[in-house]
Amino acid sequence: MRVKFLRGLKPRLMAAFALLTLLGAVAAAGLSYANARSLLLSDAQDGFMNPLVEEVRDYAPRVPVPPTQQDLDDMATYLRSSSVVVYQGMRSRSGSALDFVPAELRETLKTSRTVQWQRRTDRADPYVVIGIPLLQPSGEPTGVEVWAYSSLGGPARAIDSFAQAAWLGVALVLPLALGLALLTAQGVLRPVRRLGAAARALGAGRLDTRVEERGADELTELARTFNRAAEQLEASQAASRRFVADVSHELRTPLTAMNAVTGVLDEDADALSEDTAVAARLVSAETRKLTRLVNDLMEISRFDEGRNVLELDEWDIGTAVSDSLAARGWTSSVEASLPAGVTGRVDRRRLDVVVANLVGNALRHGSAPVTVSVRPGVIEVADSGPGIPPDALPHIFDRFYKADTARSRSEGSGLGLAIAWENARLHGGTIEAANAPSGGAVFTLRLPW
Amino acid sequence: MASVAMVLLVEDDPAVREGLGLALRRQGHDVRAAVTGEEGVERLRETRPDIVVLDIMLPGIDGFETCRRMRGQAEVPIIVLTARGDDFDVVAGLEAGADDYVVKPVEPRVLEARIRAVLRRTVSEPANAERHGSLVIDRAGLEVRKNDVKVALTPTELKLVLELSRTPGRVLTRQQILEAVWEHDYLGDSRLVDACVQRVRAKIEDVPSEPAYIHTVRGFGYRFGPR
Repeated sequence: MRVKFLRGLKPRLMAAFALLTLLGAVAAAGLSYANARSLLLSDAQDGFMNPLVEEVRDYAPRVPVPPTQQDLDDMATYLRSSSVVVYQGMRSRSGSALDFVPAELRETLKTSRTVQWQRRTDRADPYVVIGIPLLQPSGEPTGVEVWAYSSLGGPARAIDSFAQAAWLGVALVLPLALGLALLTAQGVLRPVRRLGAAARALGAGRLDTRVEERGADELTELARTFNRAAEQLEASQAASRRFVADVSHELRTPLTAMNAVTGVLDEDADALSEDTAVAARLVSAETRKLTRLVNDLMEISRFDEGRNVLELDEWDIGTAVSDSLAARGWTSSVEASLPAGVTGRVDRRRLDVVVANLVGNALRHGSAPVTVSVRPGVIEVADSGPGIPPDALPHIFDRFYKADTARSRSEGSGLGLAIAWENARLHGGTIEAANAPSGGAVFTLRLPW
Repeated sequence: MASVAMVLLVEDDPAVREGLGLALRRQGHDVRAAVTGEEGVERLRETRPDIVVLDIMLPGIDGFETCRRMRGQAEVPIIVLTARGDDFDVVAGLEAGADDYVVKPVEPRVLEARIRAVLRRTVSEPANAERHGSLVIDRAGLEVRKNDVKVALTPTELKLVLELSRTPGRVLTRQQILEAVWEHDYLGDSRLVDACVQRVRAKIEDVPSEPAYIHTVRGFGYRFGPR
């Protein structure tokens, strides 16, 4: 779940930004917090301890050893704050009870020649406890101890409010960082998304797809590379189509000569010897097929070059379809349902090509009965054959596509459906291929007439 | 066998020339061949053929120019062979004065049908000459006179005028004209009609850009009638 969430570039960028901000803020705030805390506390502590130690040093020579109760009291009075002066079992009468002094600290001070202190937090406010030993001129402890404590509440509260300010800062900066991350992500993702859409369009065959090349970053470089690749693809497709057009054109002249004499071959074949007659009829029949193929190739080339234009006129569609069927002698082999009064603005010659190719295809590859029905905006051609294999459906309008690979060469040129499709598109319409629930193939021509 | 018609075939490719020549001869035509446009124009003058079959892609002067020069000489029907099937070719050929066109590779049967249709174009009818403004249409004599001067029309142009003037004031669609004059089936190219109307207007109208006899009915076709 988490991995899936982080798969996108946007959440990843945002997470990185948020983490970075958080880490940076916490590190900065944490470091300065620790620094400030130790500085503030030692400042407060020194302000309390240093004068006290001075005073104890100044006063020390005046204290006799062993001291009397009076000596202890005098010293305690002399010392500022609520210090307690202790000597063995005795203690000065002023000052608070000694229970603020931790036992181990007392123990340490008994043998120590230096000031002992401890910072403690076992009360509401933190405080510091200090023990100062009185030393003989020789440096030996006299046994007289001065104990005092001071609250560090003020500085501690200052530190707390500082920490709060730091956290507040983090809280304020985090949404800002996320916003920045969002902006950056969008800046990266918009061109990426555009490139993706363009690549899909290119893949779908729209080779004139280009993307905007604005800016000078890596994504612009990528866009430029994409555009160059698309240009090359388009150029190579144009070159191969040009080649097909040129080849077809070159074939026309010899085909015209051959075509002119096929009639002679057909007419005289009966008078020839058997083998020669077969050969003559074969050459004649194949010449006609080749002619049809070249004509279809030329037609496709004209579509590719955008040279085909529509000549739209108002026609009765039923009449147009029935004329197309009659012209090819299909009237008796096709069940036509052609209601009168369905009219449309179409190029009649192109409509004829579409109808001829769809019905011809149905008669060749489907089985009887083949039906043609006309409705407003729709011409439907259905057969009762086995239908089109599902994996062939998406390619049925491709050039030279053969649904049945076992059939090496069909009657048609292999371009009939492609030409029908191009003609429908030129009209701003579509042809859909599907299988009827009852099994036959159904081609539906939709025209915006 | 008496020849059906004398055909002048202008084609530079020897195989096409020979093949089409053979096919046309077998249909009963007397075929004369020319290799270049210049030779074609020359042979037209010498042989006075009934019809010219003219390739567009020719060395030297091309088919368009040849067509124009032939038109300058005679009202002979001209069928153009266009190699490209290119729309531009067709329009240019028709503007140069061709009566009809056939796209290569040519089906001999199609070419033969077009030739026969073109040759059938003018049939004399027993009728009195009709006067339309300054135009006299003589269906018996098969001629059109403007201000008592005979207008030089090709057979196709003449048939177009005869068909249109048969029902003055009535609109004929391009399709109807195409079927009546060119005998094309329902899939004919209506640009033939437009090109022919342009040529006829240039010959019979006082101001071809403001026609008084052949009116364009936009989106439908043409209507004859002096107005």
